[in-house]
Formats: sequence, C-alpha cells, structure tokens
Amino acid sequence: MLTRREALLGTATGAAAAALLGSVLATPALAQAKVADIAGLPRVKVDLVAPPFAHAHDQVAKGGPKIIEYRMTIKEQPMVIDGEGTTLRAMTYEGSMPGPLMIVHEGDYVELTLVNPETNEMPHNIDFHAATGALGGGALTHVNPGEQAVLRWKATRTGTFVYHCAPTGMIPWHVVSGMSGAVMVLPRDGLKDEAGKPLKYDRIFYVGEHDLYVPRDENGKYKKYESLGDSYDETLKVMRGLIPTHVVFNGKVGALTGDNALKAKVGETVLFVHAQANRDTRPHLIGGHGDHVWEEGKFINPPAKDLETWFIRGGSAGAALYTFLQPGVYAYVNHNLIEAAELGATAHVMVEGEWNDDLMKQVQAPGPIPTN
Amino acid sequence: MKFGSLLVTSAIAVPAIALAVISQTGWPAAAPPPSGFASPRTVTITPGTLAYRMPGEFLKSERPVDAPKEDVRFRRPFEIMAYQVSISDYGQCVADGACEAAEGASDNKGALPATGVSFRDATAYASWLSGRTGETWRLPTDEEWAFAAAERFTDDTLGIEETNNPAARWLARYRSEAEAAKGRDPEPKPHGHFGANSKGVYDLAGNVWEWTSTCYRRASVNHQGDVESSTDNCGVRVTGGQHRGYMSFFIRDGKSGGCAAGMAPDNLGIRLVKERPSLFAALKAFWRSAAG
Ligand SMILES: [Cu+2]
Repeated sequence: MLTRREALLGTATGAAAAALLGSVLATPALAQAKVADIAGLPRVKVDLVAPPFAHAHDQVAKGGPKIIEYRMTIKEQPMVIDGEGTTLRAMTYEGSMPGPLMIVHEGDYVELTLVNPETNEMPHNIDFHAATGALGGGALTHVNPGEQAVLRWKATRTGTFVYHCAPTGMIPWHVVSGMSGAVMVLPRDGLKDEAGKPLKYDRIFYVGEHDLYVPRDENGKYKKYESLGDSYDETLKVMRGLIPTHVVFNGKVGALTGDNALKAKVGETVLFVHAQANRDTRPHLIGGHGDHVWEEGKFINPPAKDLETWFIRGGSAGAALYTFLQPGVYAYVNHNLIEAAELGATAHVMVEGEWNDDLMKQVQAPGPIPTN
Repeated sequence: MKFGSLLVTSAIAVPAIALAVISQTGWPAAAPPPSGFASPRTVTITPGTLAYRMPGEFLKSERPVDAPKEDVRFRRPFEIMAYQVSISDYGQCVADGACEAAEGASDNKGALPATGVSFRDATAYASWLSGRTGETWRLPTDEEWAFAAAERFTDDTLGIEETNNPAARWLARYRSEAEAAKGRDPEPKPHGHFGANSKGVYDLAGNVWEWTSTCYRRASVNHQGDVESSTDNCGVRVTGGQHRGYMSFFIRDGKSGGCAAGMAPDNLGIRLVKERPSLFAALKAFWRSAAG
C-alpha cells in the first residue's frame, strides 16, 4: 500500500496519522505512482513571493510532472490592520495575509517544508483543500514551536484552492487570525475557455480576503494584547457574534490602495485569484467585468462568461480573467458595499492607456439644467 | 431638493462668489463673556495678496481642466486660531449641550485636536464659542485658509494637457494623492506636532483636514480661462489639508465619505477665524465697560 509505504518512509508520523491514512483507502484510488518513480522526478525549488503577486511560473507546463519544493515559515506577529493603528495578534504563513500563492500543474507534486520557529507560542499545521487525505495534510503537519515537517501531495485536480491552518480545537481562530492562502493547480496545457481554446494572462493579482474580529474595550476602542494567548478568550466572543470588525484584502484596510494600488495597462489580461477561507464574498470590478470566471475556481468546469459579480464561497478560492479595455482607476471590491467601504474590502487598479470613446463618452458634462 | 437648500439655516452663508476681495463684516458682539473662559489663542494674518487656485471642478469645452488662478487681496488683517480646536475645547461645547459628541477620540491626552466632526458640528461649535466669548467666531473661507496656510497650501493643479482621455486626470489625481498619503500616520497628533508655518499657524496640512465655509462649485471657463457660468453646491464644502478635500456637510469620517476610487482625508477637524471687532462693536464694548 502506498500509504503504508509512505508511513514507513517517514512522511507520516504517529499512530493517529496512520489511522487517518487508513480511511483514505476507502476512496477510489487514482493512478498511483510508485515511490521509486516519484524519487526519479525532477525537483524544482521555488521561492514564494509575497501577495498580491505570484511566483514565476509557466502557464503551459514544460516537460513532465515535477516535484515542486516550497518552504514556509509560520510567523506569529502583531500586524496593523487599518489606518487607525488597530493591531491584530496575527498568525501567518510567511508573514503575509494571505499566505503566499503556490502555482503548480496537474500531476506535479507539492513538497512543503512547514517550519514553526521556537519563538512562536502556538502549534500549527496546514490543510490543503487541493490535497487528498489526512485532513488535507493537516493530520501530518502538526508542528509545535521548534519543529518542522515535510508534506508531499499530488496535484490531481486543477483549480484555485484554499489552504489554511487547522489545529485541533482552534481552527477558526487560526484562520481568522491570518492563516490562510491559496494554491493554483493549472492544467498542463494551461487555461481554456468553454470551447477548449487556450486562455492566457499577463499578470496575476492574488487577493486574500480575511474577516477579522478584534475585541473593543469599554470605550469602544480596539484592544491590543501582549500575547496570542491573552487575546484568545475575548476574540472568540467577538467571533461568535459572526459580525467582523474588519473585512480586508491582503491583511489591512488599504493594503491594495493608494501607493500600493495594483497596476495594469489597457489591453492587458489579468487573472484575479480571490481566496476566502472562512466567509462568503462577492468580488466585483467597478467599471469592468469578469470575462471568464471560475467562480468555484475549478478549471475542469467551463468558465462562466461576462459576469458582473461572482460568488466565492467561504472556504474556497475563485479565479476571474479580465482584459482591461479602458484606462482609469478601478475599484475591485467585495460587493457587499458596506464591507467594501466601511470594513475595508477594497482594492484599486490603476490602468494606463487610451480611452475608447466608442465604449463610453460623456456626451454632456454636468451643468445647469436648461430652462425653456 | 438639493443638499444646498437643506443647509441654508446652518451655513454661515459666505458665498463663494465673493472671491476677489475679502471684506470684514464686523458683526456686533453677542452676550458678554462669562468669567473664567479663555478665548482661544489666535494668530494675526497680516494683509497681503494670494495667487489663488479656485476650488471645485472646472470645465473647458466640457472637459475637465485645472482650475483658473486668481489674485486675491486681503486688505485687512484677520485672526485665525493658532491651533485646531482641541478635544477638551470641543468637549465643553458638548457639555453645554450645544454640540454633538465628536466621533473621534474623546480622551484628551496631551491636547489632541477634536476629530470626527462634520461641517454641522464645526458651525455649531463656532456659534457656541461666539456665545461663550462674546466674540464672533466662524469658519474660514477656503481663500482665508489658503492664505493662512501659506507654504503649506498645496496647489492642486495636475498640469495635464487637454486630452480626449478623461482617465489621464483621474490617474494623475490618484497618483498625487497616493503620494501624499504615503507613510502618513493617520492617528491624530498633539497640538504642535506638525509645527508652525511661516505665519505662526500650527499643524496646518498635518493629518487633520479643516472645514471651510466655501461651497463646492462646478464652473465652465472660456478659452481665456475666465469663469463663464457656475453652480454652487453648498451641501458639499471645501476642506483644507494636504490636498483639498470636498466633503458632504454631514460627514464626520472622511474615509467613509470618500468615493470608491480616491484617497480620503485622514481626519476632519476645526480651526476658526475670529472677526475683528468693528468700530460699532468696539464702541459698544467701551460703553458697557464705562457703564459697569
Ligand atoms: Cu495555526
């Protein structure tokens, strides 16, 4: 059995993990590569890139399957989440919210080294929605401060998928403290439209949305905590109310506006990858559209076309392809506009290029109403 | 119904049309000042001339252009608050029931400016302060603000050639406001934190924008750049700060009141102008003291 052999090879540790692996056997087996075959695969070490950008990658795979090696260090750190200096005791993968985007091709293997430095307070792990078995890898990656683990999983399904931390008893707290991100598994021959024609993008904007729950003091001011442990009880109370105090893109109100606004040109095609590990959201590009949208994020399904707003289910990542046709400042928002304008879920895209009068023209500038 | 008409009662009615010359009205003093109340410290702005770029939106042949510049002469000196109205100053108006509690911080550690105040709050404070001091306090006009701000006033020209591409101005405006916002800490700072300008006025163009009485205006200019026609919307007032802001009169938090794709003021606050007593008021005061 592959799972048994894997366990012997030390991929799986502990009896609990072995028991979980046992249950995986009940599911229909996909084509299994022998361990010797996997050992013979080319290995590529890829450095992760901080959001909203993606690491260099081929849209159409070159050659056969590979093992893609990533290393992620878990960072527990206070993070300022709005312009008022509100500080969240955050838990993060690689120090960013969301964690970095990983991009591989179908049939590739992801081999992740997950590092939990000794300076951290909490145990952590990682549940890849794209992976099969062991709670998405969560059961095999439980690392205490001062430990690291290596997990390998095969990318068998294409699409954008969430990953998140899922330690026993504290799952939602870790997720709404920042520990989520996304993986994109591309088809080997790249993205395709509903008729099977290839689709390409010039750049990726990777947006991770987080709903955050920061407790307030008796004067209504957001509280700061000395440690994660100190923040837990009161944060949990706010979480149970289900009303976030902040809904942010990339970790902070304004993380993708002003000086950090996204940039594109007329004629460029952008793939927006939008991940939300906890709560439903509805991205909308004000003044633009979704040309081809995989709402659920799974590329084997034909993309929906010409969407105005798309729905990202909490616990999933979606992808929307759009070619900019007009210059200007676009707002990319969660179209619950209260969440966009009041709680923070707004990004801006500055698009340079020539204006198209055919698509839109101000026929008459605002002025006095003529009287007869 | 336009916002403008809603405002007629609360606005101090300083028509933006009176651009060229600022005159002194010298309103008579109200009730005598109650004892023990210190009138806020002011700075005298001495007469002079200002090359002033008008606020609002200007169109030439239906296309947005930079606002024209005009020389404004200030023939008489005026008094402006040296510092923004503080949390404790504003708190006294709240305690007297004449102002609504501000939305900003309320604990006043080290003379912080009152923030989270709307145009309505600002005018309510001005009339309360006038009553308390027996002086005449009002919001500055945008011209007065610009003149007092001196080198801290930012000319909001974009310097963009006339073009068929409306996005050019949107992008340029966004870029310049984003540049100004870069690294700016929006947390209000104690009086004096941003220093004084060359005229001795403190904390101008820091991170608290100040309400003025000037209405938002849309105007058409001819090819010489002269205003041909204009519409004022007094539901929206000009705010002075690192860049000019235009805010609806009831907004207290500029970030909420901003538009979907622009940079908003960090905070909204108050700095008032004190009218110099007219000869009439001076005589009245003299009479009163002579009688007492
Ligand atoms: Cu965790």
